Amino acid sequence: MQGLLQRGLAGLRQVAAQQRAYEWQIPRSYAAQQMTVRDALNSAMDEEMARDPDVFILGEEVGEYQGAYKITRGLLQKYGPERVRDTPITEAGFTGIAAGAAMAGLRPICEFMTFNFAMQAIDQIINSAAKTNYMSAGTISVPVVFRGPNGAAAGVAAQHSQCYAAWYSHVPGLKVLAPYDAEDARGLLKAAIRDPDPVVFLENEILYGEAFPVDEKVLDADFTVPIGKAKVMREGTDVTLVSFGKLVGYDLEVAEKLEKEGISVEVINLRTLKPLDRDTIVNSVRKTHRLVTAEEGWPQSGVGAELVALVNEEAFDDLDAPPERVTGAEVPMPYAANLEAAALPQVPDIISVVKRVCGKA
Amino acid sequence: MDFPGGCVPFTTELKFVGGHFSTDVPPMSCYRTLDSVGDALQEADTPWGLDEEQAVRIYRAMVGLQTMDGVFYDSQRQGRFSFYITSAGEEATAVGSAAALAPADVVFAQYREQGVLLYRGFSFLDFAHQCFGNAQEPGKGRQMPIHYGSAELNFHTISSPLATQLPHAVGAAYALKLEARQAVVAVYFGEGAASEGDFHAAANFAATLGAPVLFICRNNGWAISTPATEQYRGDGIAGRGPSYGIPSVRVDGGDARAVYNATAAARDIALRHGGPVLIEAMSYRSGHHSTSDDSSRYRTATEMAVWRARDPAARFRRLLDAAGWWDDGREQALRQATRREVVAALGKAQRVPKASLDAMFADVYAEVPWHLAEQQAEVAEHLRRHPGAWPDIPLQ
Repeated sequence: MQGLLQRGLAGLRQVAAQQRAYEWQIPRSYAAQQMTVRDALNSAMDEEMARDPDVFILGEEVGEYQGAYKITRGLLQKYGPERVRDTPITEAGFTGIAAGAAMAGLRPICEFMTFNFAMQAIDQIINSAAKTNYMSAGTISVPVVFRGPNGAAAGVAAQHSQCYAAWYSHVPGLKVLAPYDAEDARGLLKAAIRDPDPVVFLENEILYGEAFPVDEKVLDADFTVPIGKAKVMREGTDVTLVSFGKLVGYDLEVAEKLEKEGISVEVINLRTLKPLDRDTIVNSVRKTHRLVTAEEGWPQSGVGAELVALVNEEAFDDLDAPPERVTGAEVPMPYAANLEAAALPQVPDIISVVKRVCGKA
Repeated sequence: MDFPGGCVPFTTELKFVGGHFSTDVPPMSCYRTLDSVGDALQEADTPWGLDEEQAVRIYRAMVGLQTMDGVFYDSQRQGRFSFYITSAGEEATAVGSAAALAPADVVFAQYREQGVLLYRGFSFLDFAHQCFGNAQEPGKGRQMPIHYGSAELNFHTISSPLATQLPHAVGAAYALKLEARQAVVAVYFGEGAASEGDFHAAANFAATLGAPVLFICRNNGWAISTPATEQYRGDGIAGRGPSYGIPSVRVDGGDARAVYNATAAARDIALRHGGPVLIEAMSYRSGHHSTSDDSSRYRTATEMAVWRARDPAARFRRLLDAAGWWDDGREQALRQATRREVVAALGKAQRVPKASLDAMFADVYAEVPWHLAEQQAEVAEHLRRHPGAWPDIPLQ
């Protein structure tokens, strides 16, 4: 279909040129080479929209309200209402529209206020976006990015706290990304927008405001992080600790604390949940001989289950202890602050499991 | 008074409007240009006239459609492929509307619109390849029968979940609008699918976005065994359009000339005003829902016979006969030649081998990722070591 809607997009390029004529300076914090995850995501979308006039954003409150979590701040003012589209309240509707626009050659970024609400649109994500390239024998691609906060926030209970990493990473045809820090957020989102396949981009609300140091290279307009490659955040020799998103931060804290007790923890940040970077994980376990996974989602059929199965299949002979997973409690998220904390893995929980796996309980 | 929700006049009268028990909102009238038999109604609006070439092309497509449907249905019954859906009774809806669209207009369909694809140039052989899922099918054996599609003919691959194509069409129309192209999107759906949430989202959204999309509803009275009387209480589907701010028309779906005019007019409105238009084509599903259905279990033979007698092809033929553009001799020749052609296509497609193994792992992503390449190599190795295990799978 793309061949028919030719790239000579006269009308759209004209609009884009007019908008660039009055460069709207979106205030961002780059002080001391630190960047918040929010600014990382915002700057990534801004640069990709400037680079490619086919990229546009749609979702609830993304425009006038500047984004429910302010991730799209300033973009309506800079690019105009045709490229930053506030939608009526219908996830099924705007997700289907995003899929159709992508089938027709545009590159939509479809924001969900939270992936919890995306369940009302999940048929469009799976049956329309994920499977269409295959079902159409490669003639219809769906280059859409579905992004928004995933997993637990704080005090928002059962219908606002579910983690969808396991559900989406189950589906062939989707690429599933989960950034941790600002470098991840910027590089992975740019890579996702440029990717021809549909991408589910799982953010974390708690991390939006957190600032991380960034290298000069991260600020480059063409900076991308490769999809399908995990990152070793910290090298170690005694045990491999694998997570994605917010829990990578917990894992780094675990490694810091356990170093003082003589346990050397290698921390892996998955970055991509599908396709999984099997080689990085397995090579690490071949070195450390132990695996612990940590995630906030529910235990049954979760991401940790996949990692344990993978390591058992590929590196069984290298294991010195059975792998273990740390997960959220198998309950819909309770509201009361004490119960919520008890329902989610905390740093002490991960520490005790790592110690057990290392035989130092 | 200007409420944010609308600038509305006041009244001191407490009066409810509508409700299926009230008579104050009459049903929208149904536009037609031919009577039930096919005689032209002299006073009918026909702003888009049909010359001989166009009319004969439409008629030949309807005959081709009827012939293909009949032969393919029987083939499924003989076990030659797994599934088929006919469009008996709705030939004029598909072909009449297709004739009014431009080749650059993008089509999204539900599953009973093979007439649109046939009119655009998909051959009997193309349809047969798809139903057999063989190696020559552009779909690479991925989809079950009737899930056809064609990038060159601007017809999106059929997708099973109902009404999901409606928001897709709106998205695609939005893309056309941003590119300022003189083309529209036409999306087909049944009156049953219009009960899905996606219909509401797509209609409301198309209006707010100003997307140039033609919503073409085939109201054929039946959703498998659910009659339209159980599907909705309002004035059909056309009656919903104005409430979304969408200009709407109801048309006799068995009158090809009326469908042609309504579609051409709708296309004109969509392009001039930059927004959606709704057409509800009223007809009757003369055949079963699909080869998995036996509608005699829930419909009377009398009802089916009455409607079969209003064959849209026969009605349109009467128009051609009256104009001197058709006769019995040409009819017999066409029917026989078409049948021979369809049967030959079926035979040819059946003899083509099935899709090969390398068709299974491609196109999941734009490029084959490492884990699928490994899995494909594993399966190929397994087949090499056990050549008798699956004799039907060619390796490439």
